[in-house]
Amino acid sequence: MRQHGYVPNAVNELMREVAEGRLSRRDLLRRGAALGLSASLMGTMLDVQGAGAQGTPSPAGAQPVGYSIVVPKGLRTDLKGKQVTFVGSSEGPGVPFEEAALKKFMDATGIQVKRISGAESTTDRLRFYLQIFSSQASDIDACMIDVIWPGVMEPHAVDLADVLKAENADFFKRIVENNTSGGMLIGVPWYTDAGILYYRTDLLQKYGFSNPPTTWDELETQAKKIIAGEKASDPTFTGFVWQGAAYEGLTCDGLEWQYSNGGGTIVDQDAKVTVDNDQAIAAFDRAKGWVNTISPQGVTAYQEEDARGVWQGGKSAFMRNWPYAYSLGQAKDSLILNKFDVTGLPKGSGEGASSAACLGGWQLMVSKYSKSQDAAKELVKYLASPELQKAYAIERSLLPTISTVYNDADVIAANPYYKKLLPIFQGGAVARPSTACKDLYPDVSTAYFTALNQIITGQAGDTKSAVKDLASKIQDILQDL
Amino acid sequence: MALQPEAQPLVTSQAAVSATKSKGRWAGPDSAIGRQQERLGWMLVVPSVLIVLLVAVYPLIRTFYLSFTNERLGSVRPTRWVGWDNYTRLFDDSLFRHSMINTIEFTVISVAIETVLGMVVALVIHSEFKGRGMVRTAILVPWAVPTVVSALLWQWMFNDFFGVINSILIRLHLMSASHPKSWTADPSTALGAVVAVDVWKTIPFMALLLLAGLQVIPSDVYEAARVDGASKWYQFWTITLPLVRPALLVALIFRTLDAFRIFDLIYVMMKYSPATMSIAVYTQQQIGNQRIGFGSAPAVIIFLCVGFLAFIYTRLIKVEEV
Repeated sequence: MRQHGYVPNAVNELMREVAEGRLSRRDLLRRGAALGLSASLMGTMLDVQGAGAQGTPSPAGAQPVGYSIVVPKGLRTDLKGKQVTFVGSSEGPGVPFEEAALKKFMDATGIQVKRISGAESTTDRLRFYLQIFSSQASDIDACMIDVIWPGVMEPHAVDLADVLKAENADFFKRIVENNTSGGMLIGVPWYTDAGILYYRTDLLQKYGFSNPPTTWDELETQAKKIIAGEKASDPTFTGFVWQGAAYEGLTCDGLEWQYSNGGGTIVDQDAKVTVDNDQAIAAFDRAKGWVNTISPQGVTAYQEEDARGVWQGGKSAFMRNWPYAYSLGQAKDSLILNKFDVTGLPKGSGEGASSAACLGGWQLMVSKYSKSQDAAKELVKYLASPELQKAYAIERSLLPTISTVYNDADVIAANPYYKKLLPIFQGGAVARPSTACKDLYPDVSTAYFTALNQIITGQAGDTKSAVKDLASKIQDILQDL
Repeated sequence: MALQPEAQPLVTSQAAVSATKSKGRWAGPDSAIGRQQERLGWMLVVPSVLIVLLVAVYPLIRTFYLSFTNERLGSVRPTRWVGWDNYTRLFDDSLFRHSMINTIEFTVISVAIETVLGMVVALVIHSEFKGRGMVRTAILVPWAVPTVVSALLWQWMFNDFFGVINSILIRLHLMSASHPKSWTADPSTALGAVVAVDVWKTIPFMALLLLAGLQVIPSDVYEAARVDGASKWYQFWTITLPLVRPALLVALIFRTLDAFRIFDLIYVMMKYSPATMSIAVYTQQQIGNQRIGFGSAPAVIIFLCVGFLAFIYTRLIKVEEV
């Protein structure tokens, strides 16, 4: 499909029409199918369509794409003519905006930026980066990296501490810490993500709950009461949906259960295994108890979009998900429009219990093998600047990594719920142990989510011994560190 | 047939071969023409031998080699020889042992069902009836659907909330609407769900191979049996089954080896769910985690198992030929 030049153009054209809301759902499906697009891609496009229809500033609607971008002052102009290759967002509605942002950068600095779309799957993207970096090739100068990659990227990255300093902005400390490995700042925080709790305001009110749950016990009580009432009219109604499939997302959910119950983290900063403790075990047992009671049986195979499907279909009282589901839930044709709100995830019981939100998001990195590192650093400085973060928040609904941007009136006007999220990002975000585990993190995470999936599906038998096995397995993996 | 002494034909055929050789009826390698022909033969064979060496033997040897190292993609850790370490770790890993059991269960159950049902379908489309050509074509449809598509299709059908299977069960009052079953998430039914899709998809293939076997059985054998008053059932056991055996074995080789290497269907339908993980999915997960060295070890295990199965089957066929 990719060999024929006209097809990607047709896809781009389709994307543009979708983003502008010029296309009905049926037309999109018909034309998408004619182009042989995958179901998941069309699903994404439908989501975009929904978001566009909602009235958030659409890229080429009333305003031109990139209208909110203000070029920050103080960019270097002495690097004119330098060539930089940047691996950015994957193919999708984010591309026109990114291209507009890069064009303004090129106009301001004279640096030539070649943009490449990264893979949609983060695993594929990582493999792509590592194939290039392991051969020490200079094909990539700058690229965006997942929040769990600083440890993996350490051998291939340039220290960006000076770029961060030049920004002179109030970046979230947790993320800066997370991105620091081997004494170097591997990536400048670009945009962030954190696990949050979605709840149905209408249902809470209907069943006499004045506030969303602050503890897991409360969530269980509220969910049970709401299910009992709603089942009468909708037998498939459920209480709480989350991500239980054996993949990276379960590592996030599991870490939140564990941390919020005072069970610490999987591995501490010195790469010592800390998962095998009573509070963590109790947290996992609690989650196991949700399956087939307040959560559907299928939740152990859910990823983000599966959970959102049930939630946005109005079939669940609560959902744990990332903030992206907010604007989608507020789309014009959404069944739960104006019927829900977000808050921090509940906490457990016992010593040290506190609300936790798993840290996600993307950072900007410069390759050690780049032949124009100065120009690449300048690009990173530009993209991560408060000015650009503001524009990304307004036009792309991405979450800034700088506190002050959350107080910006234009940002709040575009995304009213951001204000509520700021304390979650500033305080409770808990990072996966990717920095401590370095390039062994994928193995550790795989062991963790596999064990958790076996626990919650009842394949593991006794949780205590399953966690003990998990700890020794992680210990074994980290021996190679 | 079973009463014939088995050693007899073996001796005769060997004797026949040596007899031909000693008489030297064909131009031996010593003659000029013989040498020329041998050279030509080599010249014709060399390109394909080179290609096989390049695309099959080299990657294979490389995989064996890598499985004894700790190579990781994009790591600064020096790659070194770790001996059998990857293999001891592999068999220590409960997930690998589990994926091995899954693979064996999947192979045995799916191939058994496919063989029986494939035979039934083959017998049906072999018999004379109106519109047979159309039925033969129609029956191929599941096989023609790409695996990824059929996996996604079935995933929707198995969906707990929106799936057609649960919808039917609920309407028939066989399932309570308030507790819909998640066929793919429940570990007790997950592997069964995968087997069901594989069976649906592969019966046409099995039936087609067996049909080819059925078509070479001469019809006069059946006529003779009918004259002698043998029942249909008796005919099947004493005529059809023994005569279709070579075709059956070929079909079994294909299916068993394919089933043992199962990846796409499980990966698309179940991702990395430990309840259904096969060795191939396990391998892909490890390689995906940049563990090139460790991930090569399960790949070698698959190769050895498949090689062993192929060996057994070819032996069975050889016995058959003799």
